Amino acid sequence: MPESSTTVGTTPVTDDLGQLESGLDNLETGSRQRPSLKSSILKLLSPLIAIVAVIVIWQVIIYLQWQPEWIIPSPKAVLDSLGAQADQEILWQATFGSIKRAAQGFVIALLVATPIGLALGLNKYLRAIFGPLLTGLQQLPSVAWVPAAIIWFGLSDATIYTVILLGAVPSIANGLIAGMDQIPTLYLRAGQVLGATGWKKIRHIVLPAAWPGFLAGLEQGWAFAWRSLMAAELIAVSPALGLGLGQMLDIGRQLGDMALVLGSIIMIMAVGVLVDRLIFSPLRQRTLRNRGLAR
Amino acid sequence: MSLTGGARTAPGTALLESEGLDVKISHVTKRFNPNGPDVLQDISLSVRPGEFVSLVGASGCGKSTLLNLLAGLEKPTSGEILTDGAPTLMFQEPALMPWLTAGKNVELALLLRGVPRKERKEKAQQLLSMVHLDRSYNQRPHELSGGMRQRVAIARAIAQERKILLMDEPFAALDAITRDLIHEELSRIWKETGLTVIFVTHNVREAVRLGQRVALMSSRPGRIIQEWNVDIPEPRRLDSPPVAELARVITDELREEIRRHA
Repeated sequence: MPESSTTVGTTPVTDDLGQLESGLDNLETGSRQRPSLKSSILKLLSPLIAIVAVIVIWQVIIYLQWQPEWIIPSPKAVLDSLGAQADQEILWQATFGSIKRAAQGFVIALLVATPIGLALGLNKYLRAIFGPLLTGLQQLPSVAWVPAAIIWFGLSDATIYTVILLGAVPSIANGLIAGMDQIPTLYLRAGQVLGATGWKKIRHIVLPAAWPGFLAGLEQGWAFAWRSLMAAELIAVSPALGLGLGQMLDIGRQLGDMALVLGSIIMIMAVGVLVDRLIFSPLRQRTLRNRGLAR
Repeated sequence: MSLTGGARTAPGTALLESEGLDVKISHVTKRFNPNGPDVLQDISLSVRPGEFVSLVGASGCGKSTLLNLLAGLEKPTSGEILTDGAPTLMFQEPALMPWLTAGKNVELALLLRGVPRKERKEKAQQLLSMVHLDRSYNQRPHELSGGMRQRVAIARAIAQERKILLMDEPFAALDAITRDLIHEELSRIWKETGLTVIFVTHNVREAVRLGQRVALMSSRPGRIIQEWNVDIPEPRRLDSPPVAELARVITDELREEIRRHA
């Protein structure tokens, strides 16, 4: 690469202007404050307060003997039931089986939804034609597809993945479209001036600029994937499908085992919270912090 | 390199070379609406390589429209614009990408220009040093002051290695002290790089402080009504008496022009 006339070497910082500017720069940019360890730990532990509160109220209801155990089992009974499932390896098989399916379905949904979102976000004609269809699919609870999927694919993995995709794809695509709608014109103009066209424009300007909206779509997409999977597992029960939390819940229903039913529900919620805490929440925080949007 | 297509053909560049020009605007008129008023009317302006031209005018004179035409973001309704290569453009806002650090913002310009990955970091660091931001490579735009952001934007513009730099009121939002310093910075960089600069502002003193030539534009329709050569030796400052004196002359003309719209 030949050096062009417009490249300038390092200017010594000892010059007068440099000193003035660095003085002013230091005055105008305050020191950055990192959250203290104490506040981080507090933030991490504070959700426990709600959990403890729920368990206390639950336990009080049990003490009052308001309803028989088979309708409202005690926290301990639920815990014992989960422990019994864990001893038979069923609990972990079901949990990881469901997580694995949801994660695979989510990745496929991401691969399908991203090009759809990009195309509709970039092209107003495609958007006018397919936008309402996408929104309609997003409004429809994807559990509505379970009967159709069973007729098409039988009790197979294809049925499960179909339902997950129909749940997650519209959310992810619409999130990306919303993110693209919110890109300030300034960034697009700056990108144009910098010579970003075609794929480079998408890769270096559009996708990063749309990321906050896209991320919100991914979060919603995951939530929809997870609940669609649970609905599918609950309805499509077959040994051929392996074990999942939805099936565990259905076993509880068939046995009239309320402790197992509640235990399964708690596990389904716990996975949702964990995925948010471990994946989406850090991503969201990082995005806001990097862009100076964190409060 | 062409952004607009038609206007920047090879014969155009040859014409520019034969006339010793970097920018030639000939009888350019711009309307946004076919039946609407002329935003720009019969603008002609020639800029030699390495020249610093300031454009001043009141609101509605179409200064920014003219820069957009020069940058190829819009097309003239009639007339012709020739530039020696696509110019780069700086906005009033720094327009840094908020998801990238200062250094990566400069690197983005290098990347889009096709500079190999290995060379980008060092080059970006050099460019940041040039605007006295050696230590800001890893800082994010929101961690920088307005003046620092605009200096990163200057470094990014230089990184594009275009011959022509268009500036659209880039320092309008800065406070007085910061603006003073960035004026010195820009003057120095302009001399070091030999860039051709077209600088649009509504601040007459700023136009005189920085430019070798000042063109005054009328409003609605935008036309160039008068030009001045600024024969004031450097170092200049906003409050240098000769700067203030010429600025007063130009301001009087500008007021006359505004009065016509009363």
